Amino acid sequence: MQSVVCLKVVPRPEEVRVDLEKKTLDRSGVRSVINPADLSALEMALALRDKHGGRVTLLSMGPPSFEPYLRVGIAVGADDAVLLSDRAFGGADTLATSYTLSEGVRTIGGVDLVLCGDESSDGGTSQVPQGIAEWLGCSQATYVDRADRTSDGLLRVRRVLEDGTETIEMPFPAVVSVLGGTGEPRFIDYDRWAMAQQATVHVIDAAALGADPKLLGLKGSPTVVAGLREVRKPGRRHEVVTLEPEAAAARVAQELRRLGLVPEKEPSAPT
Amino acid sequence: MSDVGGVWVYAEERAGSLRPVSLEILGRARAVADALGTRLVALTFGSEEATARDLARYGSDEVVAVEHPLLGRYDTRLYTDLLEREVRAGDPSVLLLGATRDGQDLAGRLAVRLRTGLTAHVTSLEVDPEKRLVGWVPGFGGGIEAGIVCPTHRPAIVTVRPGVFPMPLPVSMPCEVRWVRPSLDPSQLGSQRVSFEPKGTGVDLTRSEVLVVGGRGTSGDFDRLQKLAHRLGGEVGATRVATDSGWVERDRMIGQTGVVTHPKVAVILGASGAVQFTVGIEKAGFVIAVNRDPDAPIFDSADLGLVGDLGPIVDRLVRQLGEA
Ligand SMILES: Cc1cc2nc3c(=O)[nH]c(=O)nc-3n(C[C@H](O)[C@H](O)[C@H](O)COP(=O)(O)OP(=O)(O)OC[C@H]3O[C@@H](n4cnc5c(N)ncnc54)[C@H](O)[C@@H]3O)c2cc1C
Ligand SMILES: Nc1ncnc2c1ncn2[C@@H]1O[C@H](COP(=O)(O)O)[C@@H](O)[C@H]1O
Repeated sequence: MQSVVCLKVVPRPEEVRVDLEKKTLDRSGVRSVINPADLSALEMALALRDKHGGRVTLLSMGPPSFEPYLRVGIAVGADDAVLLSDRAFGGADTLATSYTLSEGVRTIGGVDLVLCGDESSDGGTSQVPQGIAEWLGCSQATYVDRADRTSDGLLRVRRVLEDGTETIEMPFPAVVSVLGGTGEPRFIDYDRWAMAQQATVHVIDAAALGADPKLLGLKGSPTVVAGLREVRKPGRRHEVVTLEPEAAAARVAQELRRLGLVPEKEPSAPT
Repeated sequence: MSDVGGVWVYAEERAGSLRPVSLEILGRARAVADALGTRLVALTFGSEEATARDLARYGSDEVVAVEHPLLGRYDTRLYTDLLEREVRAGDPSVLLLGATRDGQDLAGRLAVRLRTGLTAHVTSLEVDPEKRLVGWVPGFGGGIEAGIVCPTHRPAIVTVRPGVFPMPLPVSMPCEVRWVRPSLDPSQLGSQRVSFEPKGTGVDLTRSEVLVVGGRGTSGDFDRLQKLAHRLGGEVGATRVATDSGWVERDRMIGQTGVVTHPKVAVILGASGAVQFTVGIEKAGFVIAVNRDPDAPIFDSADLGLVGDLGPIVDRLVRQLGEA
């Protein structure tokens, strides 16, 4: 089975600072990580390779600074890595991102299964995988926590929904989005780590990708950020007290009674 | 085709009834349609007539009910094909869907099919002076949200988080119901369902008036939270750490990935107050937080904060309330 894992590098959310005056995000000096859900996708791809054979190729769209992270993915177990990198890809929304990644999948060629995370922790749209599937015109399954190939050559997945899990089957090729937190990512072993430092990350620019320039980056993105604003915080009372447990509990109980959530104590009968 | 296309809401049917989020969107979409000076249309796909009749009571000008036995289960390919057909024929300017798992699955696929823009997971919808629909999406890092528009493509597709708009009341307004009964056969499905396992809880925290919420600080002991919730007639909610650790079911997660709640009271126990969490309790009427760290950010989101170990406080609280 030939698989591609779409891997995005995201800033650590807790390190991004917000300039509320200028209404901008300050990402300078912020450290990055591989998007957590994408590690789950990688683990699922590696488990399928362990069982059915084949290759696992990493695919990412982003600046050259993503390269070391792709090497981490190789050290974890991927066979190969492709980085789509060009200024023309910049400013892409989900339409342009999914187009560019789908062109990457075509360039890799012979792909049976594309695995994505279900959500990127910075953009957080949960839309790119479905977009890739549509550009490629293939099957899709989102929010998946299990996947396998059946004996009659179909992809069988389990989707986790709000009210239960459904198991469905569909033909290959397919795109799945893997639920973050699925599976335990395997450890990097030292031999692979050393090997990964020597491995080639194939960097492909817009010209080499041969994609339609109108569909790339900012130009290919129908959505536009019209403004940024401070999230309106409700005015809270902000009363913070330190009390012994008994008194603290009494304080909470008093508040709950005031709000009418527990019946008032019966006034004690006059004696 | 009119210049200002209609505002359409895709109303999701699940097990024979409408998803609450679809009605929440419909309530808000009425105001959006009025501000744009256009019609509000609700679409539903399914196998039950009753759904469409129910839908017609929530203020839209028209309900389009696409009906077929094969539509009893969501299938990406069939649903995308049918919705594409309706959208191409009706040419709306806006298409709103609930950000449920199936809603997201459909919206993402359809947006690329139609080569249009999609704004996902919005928590508020406004029409700006230029008569553009602005979908507001909270950014990470906290404190800031981005307003996204789709000025040159149509329709602007938007998915809306469950629980962010109030549930509308039924109205008695005339509403046409248009039935579409396509002839479909199983070869049009993209997938086959092998099985479905319902998940026990079926809990919907966006409906709860009282929430008792636990984070990592509970160390997994949700029994005492359950007792408190029971005493207050509420539900137990959790941070992502708690659901990821398997301490409670995932549908009890509150926040950016979880649900946006608006209870009268939320009692938050042992949660640090990460923005991804607090977006889910901002609409609470009153927030009480217990944390042993006096500098925990959760206190910035609380009306009443108690600094201390949650275990003894909760146990005593349950006992004190029991005496009432
Ligand atoms: C894209 C993305 C989406 C996310 N979505 C969500 C989401 O929807 N919901 C969500 O919750 N998180 C979400 N997160 C995770 C979020 O950033 C935080 O990691 C998470 O909310 C922290 O959970 P916590 O408060 O339980 O744990 P911690 O941050 O570890 O906090 C535990 C707190 O408990 C206190 N404590 C410990 N022991 C006790 C005790 N005995 N008594 C009293 N207090 C005690 C500690 O002082 C600490 O403040 C998301 C993250 C990302 C990147
Ligand atoms: N620039 C990118 N490079 C590689 N994969 C991406 C990129 N953007 C999104 N993805 C994939 O799409 C998934 C969902 O992302 P999103 O739709 O942004 O929430 C991620 O978990 C990745 O697997």
